Amino acid sequence: MSQIILENISKSYGPLLAAQDISFEVSKGEIFGLIGPDGAGKTTLFRILATLLLADSGTARICGLDCVKEYRQIRKIIGYMPGRFSLYQDLTVEENLEFFAAVFGSSIKANYDLIAPIYVQIEPFKNRRAGALSGGMKQKLALCCALIHKPEVLFLDEPGTGVDPVSRQEFWEMLASLRAHGITMLVSTPNMDEAELCDRVALLQKGKIMAIDTPKGITSGFKSPLLAVRSVDMYQLIKDLRDMEGVADCYAFGEYAHLKFRESTTLSLTLTNEILAFLNAKNHQNIEIKPVQATIEDCFIEFIKH
Amino acid sequence: MNRFSAFVQKEFRHILRDRRTLLILFGMPVVQVLLFGFVLTNEIKNANIAVLDPSKDLESIALTSKLMSSGYFHLEKMLDSPSELDPAFRSGKIKMAIVYPPDFARQLQAGTAQLQLIGDASDPNTATTLINYANATIADYQQEKAVNSGVIPVKSLMVVQTRMRYNPEQKGVFNFVPGVMTLILMLVAAMMTSITIAKEKELGTMEVLLVSPLQPIQIILGKTAPYLVLTLLNAFIVVLLGIFVFGMPLRGSIFLLAAECVLYMFVALSLGIFISTKAKDQMTAMFISALGLMMPTMLLSGFIFPRESMPVPLQVIGNVIPATWFNPIIKGIMIKGVGLDVLWKQTLVLGAMAVFFLGLSLKNFKDRL
Repeated sequence: MSQIILENISKSYGPLLAAQDISFEVSKGEIFGLIGPDGAGKTTLFRILATLLLADSGTARICGLDCVKEYRQIRKIIGYMPGRFSLYQDLTVEENLEFFAAVFGSSIKANYDLIAPIYVQIEPFKNRRAGALSGGMKQKLALCCALIHKPEVLFLDEPGTGVDPVSRQEFWEMLASLRAHGITMLVSTPNMDEAELCDRVALLQKGKIMAIDTPKGITSGFKSPLLAVRSVDMYQLIKDLRDMEGVADCYAFGEYAHLKFRESTTLSLTLTNEILAFLNAKNHQNIEIKPVQATIEDCFIEFIKH
Repeated sequence: MNRFSAFVQKEFRHILRDRRTLLILFGMPVVQVLLFGFVLTNEIKNANIAVLDPSKDLESIALTSKLMSSGYFHLEKMLDSPSELDPAFRSGKIKMAIVYPPDFARQLQAGTAQLQLIGDASDPNTATTLINYANATIADYQQEKAVNSGVIPVKSLMVVQTRMRYNPEQKGVFNFVPGVMTLILMLVAAMMTSITIAKEKELGTMEVLLVSPLQPIQIILGKTAPYLVLTLLNAFIVVLLGIFVFGMPLRGSIFLLAAECVLYMFVALSLGIFISTKAKDQMTAMFISALGLMMPTMLLSGFIFPRESMPVPLQVIGNVIPATWFNPIIKGIMIKGVGLDVLWKQTLVLGAMAVFFLGLSLKNFKDRL
């Protein structure tokens, strides 16, 4: 049975539609990602599921409990980590953890094995005030606090924001290990690279779901040939390539520009040479061209433009 | 550890670790009581005055020295001619002038002597007070003279005896200590609770608290319990200061006083919670508390300005201010030594206010965002 079920959830703030007719299900032990830029409506969905907001229409159920009528029971079985660091900065690491354990009628000892892999990393700083921790440490502590009562479902709103890449990597490894405890996780992120670490993702834009699938399923839906191109003057490069014959789109992607051709085109050495000649004619220096696999971000950009 | 005690423990940690909170909690009451007690008083001592005495006879010199020895006046300068009066007042060096006629002693012997008191009424309260002091001293002088010479002056046929009950020396402190108590307890209890709840909202921790099995009533009581304890401690400090530093009496029951303080604090705390249900951040909570509670408590409760002389609408507003009812309770217990048989009405009003505001804030406390 699905642990999280949303059916036609809609919510608006005045004229702004934060969620439009959202439906999806998350099964037990799954890591489900809500992927979308800021303002896509991720936090609104989290708040509706965490029983903090009432949807305008539609129903949401967690472990079979209704988010509106049975919100008291839901609050006992979920763990919620808001997007903003929401622990007590003037309490120490240990005091924060003790407090949240007590609030849920639990104790650090009772569920120590669950948080142990994460907590051992911050335990050396247990007498430090939470406000004095680094971004990565704060997130680990917040995760511990959200886990300390062994919730059935865990809501993590943008846990990777404001955290260095190494800590972020560690954080996702921890989430993966929690799967073994049968904890269902809903994670949101604006970072497309984090999407690949989820079991399934929903791509969210302006309150609407554009696609729901496994990360592989989503990238395999990307049919157009894709090349990564680079030269000294990237701005001019993108401008020039957009004018080239057969090009569907060209956009900045990290250090490279991603060059997307129409679906009918086939990648070949001839094509690469054609591009090279085209760019040489436009006086581009240090040109580099290589074929690449489409990522979630490429798919996202495609969805937005359609 | 159970939920509630964990919450209270957390709350105490917040308070004890925040210097600003501690300062407001314990520094301000002491400073306020001392300020009101020592500095802000309406008794006047050593007011500068001038004397214009062209007669310089025995009578005028005796009267002047009697006035000066009263402690209320200080002889700033002796004037030589009436033309010096105006510059002396203009320069602000003197608050009052006494003008004798050239033949004061002779006039007095003849039966009626003229004497002029001139006050600087740019500050009417001070002027009135000084003139009254002077009049009283002059009447006293006349009385003494009459007794010494065995002649009863016509004016003195009616002897008025005044007695100021409960506070014969008319110490201002007797008014200020209870007033400061109403103010401080309201400030600490209401403002601090409203701020502490608003702080959880502002920092986002309220979001996490709400998504937990904690009931709204547990959050509210957990937030207020520490402040109830600390405010009681505060009340105790203020009463001790009043008694030992300013010589206030405590004629009634100390237990009744403590119980009434707790009742008043309940009103203040529930007001604080009510404010916090409306305020989104600490700043707003502070402004509402300061403007909505402190100002009326200071100005309309009868602490500084007598309620009797206020226009009717302000008196009506004053009626819904808890301090208006608490002030007579403290004064009654401490100064007059009365009990519940006299103060039941005020106590009942405070009790009703506590129930009303607590109910209102529970109803308004949202357990969603």
